[in-house]
Amino acid sequence: MDLHIEDLTVTVDGRDLVHRLDLEAADGEVVGLVGPNGSGKSTALRCVYRALRPSGGVVRIGGDDLWRLPLRRSAQRVAALTQQGSADFDFTVEEVVALGRTPHKQGNQPLTAVERDLCENAMAQMDVTHLARRGILELSGGERQRVLMARAIVQQPSILVLDEPTNHLDIRHQIQLLRYVRGSGLTIVIVLHDLNLAAAACDRIGVLSEGRLVAVGPPEEVLTAPLISEVFGVDVTIVRHPITGDPQILFELDSAPPSGRYQTVATRP
Amino acid sequence: MVDHVGDAGTTAHPTVPRARTALLVAVLVIVLAASALIAIGLGSAAVPPADTLRYLWASVTGGTISADEVTRYQIIWQIRTPRVLLAVIVGAGLAAIGAAIQALVRNALADPYILGVSSGASVGAVAISLFGALSALGIYAVSVGAFLGAMAATALVYLIAYGRVGVTPLRLVLTGVALSFGFQAVMSVMIYFAPTSEATGTVLFWTMGSFGAATWGSLPIAAAFVVVGIIVLRRRSRVLDVMSLGDETAASLGIDAGRARKSLFLMTALMTGAIVAVSGTIGFVGLVIPHITRMITGATHARLLLIAPFLGAILMVWVDLLARTLVAPRELPLGVLTAIIGVPVFIYLMRRRGYVFGGR
Repeated sequence: MDLHIEDLTVTVDGRDLVHRLDLEAADGEVVGLVGPNGSGKSTALRCVYRALRPSGGVVRIGGDDLWRLPLRRSAQRVAALTQQGSADFDFTVEEVVALGRTPHKQGNQPLTAVERDLCENAMAQMDVTHLARRGILELSGGERQRVLMARAIVQQPSILVLDEPTNHLDIRHQIQLLRYVRGSGLTIVIVLHDLNLAAAACDRIGVLSEGRLVAVGPPEEVLTAPLISEVFGVDVTIVRHPITGDPQILFELDSAPPSGRYQTVATRP
Repeated sequence: MVDHVGDAGTTAHPTVPRARTALLVAVLVIVLAASALIAIGLGSAAVPPADTLRYLWASVTGGTISADEVTRYQIIWQIRTPRVLLAVIVGAGLAAIGAAIQALVRNALADPYILGVSSGASVGAVAISLFGALSALGIYAVSVGAFLGAMAATALVYLIAYGRVGVTPLRLVLTGVALSFGFQAVMSVMIYFAPTSEATGTVLFWTMGSFGAATWGSLPIAAAFVVVGIIVLRRRSRVLDVMSLGDETAASLGIDAGRARKSLFLMTALMTGAIVAVSGTIGFVGLVIPHITRMITGATHARLLLIAPFLGAILMVWVDLLARTLVAPRELPLGVLTAIIGVPVFIYLMRRRGYVFGGR
């Protein structure tokens, strides 16, 4: 199912957190969103999983205006891994995963055998089967993140919105998750802070800065040294991955920051 | 993993087999019935359980009893039975409300009185008994006043907490706490300037809680609110599960948390108002029984809202029995006893099971 974000604006207290954003993801496409802290990435995503009503613009999924659909209906098509995702009460892992079926159930309808299989498969895919009976509050940040990912999979969406899904994950599970993202066939919008992982995982990348989309396109066109310097304020060297050919971004901690954006105000004696 | 082949589509919770939950309910029903029977029999004039049963049977079926038993019969049927039944209703109601409220405001320290319901009810009740309004309602005037006070307090808290992004759980809790102090101040002023000492007794009743005023007349309304309320809350179990994961997550799972919170709060406020109106403010039950139940059932609301009312009812029956027998003929305030019994039980369970609530 395709996703079209058209002219999306979110205004809070007179300030545009997202300003006239246009972004689309074709059916099965993986679109990354990168940008500095506070550039409006999460805010834009929240409008897609309906945690925040946009001040202007339209979000279309499969041609339908998302915000005109009943919430339950849109949740059947769009699943999300949010940043605010933990529980305050000690549900077990399998209970949390099972709640992913909520938009497909009426009231307290119990899960069917097929749905329970679905839950078990999702837990296996995210490598949390061994945690099934554990309380969600006992888990480490990374384990919890994988549980929430399993819950999103169980929702059987056509569109998956992932807000920093690799947070807290060790490198093996980061790769595992992004492999799932690549192979799922779902339409995916994903916020990533690791530009190298973004380059490897995404078909296209959009770069947000101060609520505006400043570039969008295939990773090798978007992730250029001048753009990264401009948007993030860091100098980088870009090389090609020797096997995949994806752009890989290298940093030098000792080089001076580029002039203009950041200035050294004090140095260590 | 639990093997569920053969009962496809009927098992509500993969973690706990239905049979175990059913067994637990059966045990709790028996314990509750036995507790109620013992509590009805005991008091200043103790009646053996067999006689108690006979009297109850006689009043339900219209049977006969001998003339020298009339006094005992009247104590059993007119005084103790409604009182114990009220304890059952109030205990069950407070436990269910507490469980739901804790999910609604995502706060493990929340209880049924969090939204200023209790202090609002006290203000309403004291105002009625002082100024004699609603006298057309006779003996129910004070209860109606308490109910109206509770509703007014809840509405006020909700309106004040309503902000630009709707009502967030934390704003609700903070507003409730702040306004509770305000209501208490109003109540203190009323008592200070009250012409009679009667008002002081009324206040004690409403702040400490008592089933001393239980009659058959006041029972059905409170029972209706509590029973209907628990059924409604239980029907929204999955919504409560989802809401305890946070509003953002709820939205992504197709639940409008703001809207659900509004309707569920209305439900819990009506229940709490009806309970406070007949029993005053009984602390601790609504806070601790949900936690104790979670240690047994886990956090899932379908099970929590099934088991918690039984535990609340059983605790309340025993607490009331102790309250009226320990220092007879005087009565201890219920709130004192709920704390004395509940705190050690709670601490014991918490240490034994490594129970976690409210995050780490």
